Amino acid sequence: MTYRFEDVPSVRDGLKSVNYLADDGISGVVFLADRLQKPILVEGPAGTGKTQLAKSVAEMSGARLIRLQCYEGLDESKALYEWNYKKQLLRIQADRSSDGWSELHDDIFSDEFLLTRPLLEAITAEEPVVLLIDEVDRVEIETEALLLEILSDYQVSIPELGTVTATQIPLVFLTSNNTRELSEALKRRCLYLHVDYPDMEREKEIVLTKVPDISDNLADQIARIVRSIRQLELKKAPSVSETLDWARTLVLLGIEHIEAQQAKETLHILLKYQSDIAKAAKELAVEARQ
Amino acid sequence: MATVDLLSGFIQELRAAGLPVSLTENLDAMEAVKHIPIEDRDAFKYALGATLVKNNAHWRAFETVFEVYFSLRGPQYQLRDDAEADEMWRDMQEALRQGEGKGAAGGSMDNLTPEELMLLLYQALMHGDDALMRALARQAVSRFAGMEPGRPVGGTYYLYRTLRNLDLDAMMEKLMEATRQQVGGELTQLEERLEHDEYESRIEKFKKEIEAEIRRRLVADRGAEAMAKTLRKPLPEDVDFMHASRDEMLQLRKALHPLTRKLAARLARKRRHGRKGPLDFRSTVRHSLSYGGVPAEPKFKYPRPAKPELMVVADISGSVAAFARFTLHLVYAIQNQFSKVRSFVFIDGIDEVTEYFKGIDDISEAVHRVNTEADVVWVDGHSDYGHAFEVFWERWGKDVGPKTTVLLLGDARNNYHASQSWVVKEMRQKARHVYWLNPEPRSYWNTGDSIVGEYGVHTDGVYECRNLRQLEGFVEKLA
Repeated sequence: MTYRFEDVPSVRDGLKSVNYLADDGISGVVFLADRLQKPILVEGPAGTGKTQLAKSVAEMSGARLIRLQCYEGLDESKALYEWNYKKQLLRIQADRSSDGWSELHDDIFSDEFLLTRPLLEAITAEEPVVLLIDEVDRVEIETEALLLEILSDYQVSIPELGTVTATQIPLVFLTSNNTRELSEALKRRCLYLHVDYPDMEREKEIVLTKVPDISDNLADQIARIVRSIRQLELKKAPSVSETLDWARTLVLLGIEHIEAQQAKETLHILLKYQSDIAKAAKELAVEARQ
Repeated sequence: MATVDLLSGFIQELRAAGLPVSLTENLDAMEAVKHIPIEDRDAFKYALGATLVKNNAHWRAFETVFEVYFSLRGPQYQLRDDAEADEMWRDMQEALRQGEGKGAAGGSMDNLTPEELMLLLYQALMHGDDALMRALARQAVSRFAGMEPGRPVGGTYYLYRTLRNLDLDAMMEKLMEATRQQVGGELTQLEERLEHDEYESRIEKFKKEIEAEIRRRLVADRGAEAMAKTLRKPLPEDVDFMHASRDEMLQLRKALHPLTRKLAARLARKRRHGRKGPLDFRSTVRHSLSYGGVPAEPKFKYPRPAKPELMVVADISGSVAAFARFTLHLVYAIQNQFSKVRSFVFIDGIDEVTEYFKGIDDISEAVHRVNTEADVVWVDGHSDYGHAFEVFWERWGKDVGPKTTVLLLGDARNNYHASQSWVVKEMRQKARHVYWLNPEPRSYWNTGDSIVGEYGVHTDGVYECRNLRQLEGFVEKLA
């Protein structure tokens, strides 16, 4: 059995080389997922890089990324496989004259007429793949059951064909924004990783790597202000991606040192609710003139 | 193998603390630790966390148990590296002496005067020196906590003693003052705030070090099993409203937000995916015309579950105030599931507070206003359910109609006033439903001055709502 990763530090360095700054928890769990051959369930607030993690892992290990975006009403034919009815019909019409029924029946339910969807594709792939099942909390609780077989045994049962077993074990990421409680059965099959907002040091690092031409001083200030804002009781705390947007804006505006006034004027990039903006502006800046 | 024993004890303790750890998860954890050396404490912790804890709200409980079970393992966390700290202290001293031109007493850290210790702490906090902070935490605990082996006192007592001696609030002031001087007097408000937050996080870190140190010593003294038992705390969703400490309250409020979001999503989904309604006869006949009068395609009525109109009448006196606050918060967070929500609060007088929630984004602010501004005292500010209900019925009784669901919140401890339970009886006759939510454990009902039974017989049900879990269950049923 060969593993993808040597040890925990190599995971972290690998991720860093593709511009994803992982902390101990993240790299540890990714390493473990590879060793135990278990899927990872990634939860956390929106915009903390859950999806990006899967992408980065794929990029660093040179694997193909197969993505299944979940939504309400997702079903078997969209997630697992579907029979290509049109082609089957054509096949039947093509030689209406000859052949017995049983022969034809066997023929139209073969690989040739099977349309693979992301889940089946991930386990039939020859090369290494990373499977990303995005926003799994959006599907109904009944649909979750679709995923269970593939998550625990890496196989798909197709009644007409039999069981398709994985040729290689894909590394599976499931992300969830936690809008509902996932079922016990699903959680039990996964390793659990909670990705929270990064601490100040890491956020500064992220800003420095992701935003070109930013000065160390400015990045530091941004990270500090964002930390202070997150401590307020807000409807929606600024996410990492919003921090990055803010940093880019400040760089574009040619600001080197953030003054209260400038912070106030650009707050709408960090915060998306009027009440939040008002609150943050009050806490950070306006009080100065009292 | 020792690790296996240790792990099974650890998992048992997690289960005792209320975390749902299944057998497969247990096996996964055993498998996981094979790949991670126990010496790498952080990696080890995350490995166990990833396999055993599947809900972020449980992480804190997990961390506590982990600290207790594994705090003495891993070389850098052992008690013996005082020598190392002393060495660092000597280096530090060198630097100090050069900086200030004044010689302090040489030798080990134990010989420091309290003033010097404070100075050192001040330096550590100023520069965010983690290693020094850890050494100082150790020193502070051995100096100030006054720990004695075998003494049956909880960790909080030692923590309190240590912190009282350190006086970190004054330290904060000093740090801010120094920063102000560094930049030459004036800080803008923004800078001031940022610096303040920075020091606060450092001090918080220092406090955590102290807490961890105390815990380590206690575990060394009493053993992990006993310690874990004393530290066992209920999970956020199981915390009792009436007996929550300030810290637990904070946790509860944090837990409330995602919970309301989940509840709202679930209810909206339920409404959309409700079963099909009954046969729509008119529509079926109309469509049958296109099939020559044969009703080939039955049409069903679109389900329109009625949105109830809600009236919340809450006791906000002392002990039950927290419960009322949480319920109001939850109800308003999902208010689009109701056609109308009105709320009233009382102690011995009663006041309508619906206005406070109108057009406000921030529910917690509205709830805060309810607590401070509502006019709820009539005579003496002790609960009088009878009078409050009477006034309610007189002033707002006419608004209760067949679509209204009335929620009465309180422990029904009436201070031996007249119950006026006829109000509830009449209320039920006019309203669709009347429910009573009681934050007290069921076994306390109808003891002392509690007369919940007297009111309860006239309602459609009395529910025990001691924690978030029960409250969530009830609200989901309601909408």
